Amino acid sequence: MTSEEAPAVREIAVVAFAQTDHRRSTEESSEVEMLMPVLHEVLAQTGLKTADIGFTCSGSSDYLAGRAFSFTLALDGVGAWPPISESHVEMDGAWALYEAWTKLLTGDADTALVYSYGKSSPGSLRDVLTRQLDPYYVAPLWPDSIALAALQAQALIDAGHTDEPALAAVGARSRADATANPHAQLKGQIPHGDHVVRPLRTGDCPPVGDGAAAVILAAGERARDLCARPAWIRGIDHRIEAHGLGVRDLTDSPSTRLAAEKAGAFEQPVDTAELHAPFTAQEVILRRALRLGDDVRVNPSGGALAANPVMAAGLIRIGEAAARIHRGDSDRALAHATSGPCLQQNLVAVLEGDPR
Amino acid sequence: MSKEPVAVIGVGQTKHVAARRDVSIAGLVREAAQRALEDAELTWADIDAVVIGKAPDFFEGVMMPELYLADALGAVGKPMLRVHTAGSVGGSTALVAANLVAARVHGTVLTLAFEKQSESNAMWGLSLPIPFQQPLLAGAGGFFAPHVRAYMRRSGAPDTIGSLVAYKDRRNALKNPYAHLHEHDITLEKVQASPMLWDPIRYSETCPSSDGACAMILTDRAGAARAPRPPAWMLGGAMRSEPTLFAGKDFVSPQAGKDCAADVYRQAGIADPRRDIDAVEMYVPFSWYEPMWLENLGFAAEGEGWKLTESGVTELDGDLPVNMSGGVLSTNPIGASGMIRFAEAALQVRGQAGEHQVDGARKVLGHAYGGGSQFFSMWLVGARPPDS
Repeated sequence: MTSEEAPAVREIAVVAFAQTDHRRSTEESSEVEMLMPVLHEVLAQTGLKTADIGFTCSGSSDYLAGRAFSFTLALDGVGAWPPISESHVEMDGAWALYEAWTKLLTGDADTALVYSYGKSSPGSLRDVLTRQLDPYYVAPLWPDSIALAALQAQALIDAGHTDEPALAAVGARSRADATANPHAQLKGQIPHGDHVVRPLRTGDCPPVGDGAAAVILAAGERARDLCARPAWIRGIDHRIEAHGLGVRDLTDSPSTRLAAEKAGAFEQPVDTAELHAPFTAQEVILRRALRLGDDVRVNPSGGALAANPVMAAGLIRIGEAAARIHRGDSDRALAHATSGPCLQQNLVAVLEGDPR
Repeated sequence: MSKEPVAVIGVGQTKHVAARRDVSIAGLVREAAQRALEDAELTWADIDAVVIGKAPDFFEGVMMPELYLADALGAVGKPMLRVHTAGSVGGSTALVAANLVAARVHGTVLTLAFEKQSESNAMWGLSLPIPFQQPLLAGAGGFFAPHVRAYMRRSGAPDTIGSLVAYKDRRNALKNPYAHLHEHDITLEKVQASPMLWDPIRYSETCPSSDGACAMILTDRAGAARAPRPPAWMLGGAMRSEPTLFAGKDFVSPQAGKDCAADVYRQAGIADPRRDIDAVEMYVPFSWYEPMWLENLGFAAEGEGWKLTESGVTELDGDLPVNMSGGVLSTNPIGASGMIRFAEAALQVRGQAGEHQVDGARKVLGHAYGGGSQFFSMWLVGARPPDS
């Protein structure tokens, strides 16, 4: 198809965002109960009702819930009656947003509700995440998520890209920034702590917690009706790398770089970046892959080091970036989400507000 | 705004069996994907993105297995999405992949769904713990049997209908080399004499537990023009969901199923499905769901579906063949079962269905459902591209 024949690409924006307060444990409430207030809040921001939404997509993981088909009951919280056009990814909600974005691009819907949630408190997250690994050769050894991240951090230190004090500074900055975030789980001056798995100390690792988030997308003029300053998705792309850690350069993130390139992140500078870097060393890797200068405001929300509700933390990055555009704190922001061990899979979205 | 037309140019599946002990999960999915590529005469390098689906991760004991499967499916450096919508997932996965093409985000997409049930125990995986479900609810049959009974009472169907469906589907499976159950000595009497499991569902009226994978290559108009074999064109596709349990839910004929079908028919310009559609591959895990879905999908009036089955309309040589492949009753790798329905519909309109080919099949419906009859995904494919 030649460029003259190519139809104009539909403009799609994030128009609303809501999240829970992220907490170490929410054992007094079910997933549906945790999710309900967030769904109500994000709908209230736009004045939309469930029946007004053109497409709904969610992200979650059965392994966190400890139960097959865990997402089926979450749908009750949406109030899917009369029946809705709906789908689900067994991934972080950032990928649910990607699916919703493609749905709006086809013109089949003008608005989309995207939500995701995860409760880590019922189990041992470090052990649970080992079940993501190659089931025949790696998972039986139970290498846990912090041990794998430590392998990556040590490789980064050995390559001369960072050192332990620099990593400590990333942790301290994140938690200082989180003091302005009412939803954050860890905030303020927190001792960097002892080694968990060398070279990572407690301050290099994310808190384990429960939480949920929701976003509303809208296309074209509909977005302007629903939001004073929509956060337009200028580009969004995601890429996956090989699973085996032995065949990857752990000090780099080529999938992030490629996704950013495809999303148009390098075409103009961004002023804000919300990076899904659960471990301090991963922020160092992502900054390099994304060529973020010191003038870019990275993780003003405190990032995943302040709150890391698994399966929602990536969607929250997009929501936080969009909210800054809604408030006028940013004009062009990058949002990033990750999945899998040691940044195996990465998504990058570029969001822009209308010129002021 | 205009959408890019979506074509199926490659279909691949494994020979479905109770246990594929000779391959890993990665080996299983690779086999189906490789066959789909061969059908389309493409290589891994021609694929822009991968969309994979399966039913719950507990069935194999691997959390988010797409991470581990990225290498086996040639996805390294590419986008990879993982869909999970319970039993409807195989259909939903194909629709998510189709949207990538329709939205012109990607030109050629590999979509694949699988289940390797032998790695685990589906009965356990499907028996959710109290307080989420009532006790003594053994597997899917325990959930669906009361709804079958409700259908029988409501429609006045004779209690022989279920066995007719099972007998038909198992005979159809004999013509499908990929089907799991090949019961060469099947008779109607044997179906009717099989043990009662969840009254009124007998052993021979239930689906097996299978290992298997199904893959399709979806592409745009330009990709279809280069395809070596006739493409199947997507004329309509939709998903609908409703809550699991609520007072107003009709478990016999859920509103979400009716709405989903209506949306597909609207997109495809189908005025009268009974007249305009040539054959149907529907998700029938327990035999009685054939007459139930015939009504839900608009092929028969309420309470009349069983009459189509009884009169032979749904036989392979009938006026409206249903489950030409042998259906879920003959092959059930749960995560793949929905995609197999979609793929069989594509094979039929491409004229590639072999011994179970329906002569003159031009428009065929693929159907999947999941959860407690709450998730629906369907597509209608045709031998001719869409008009607009």
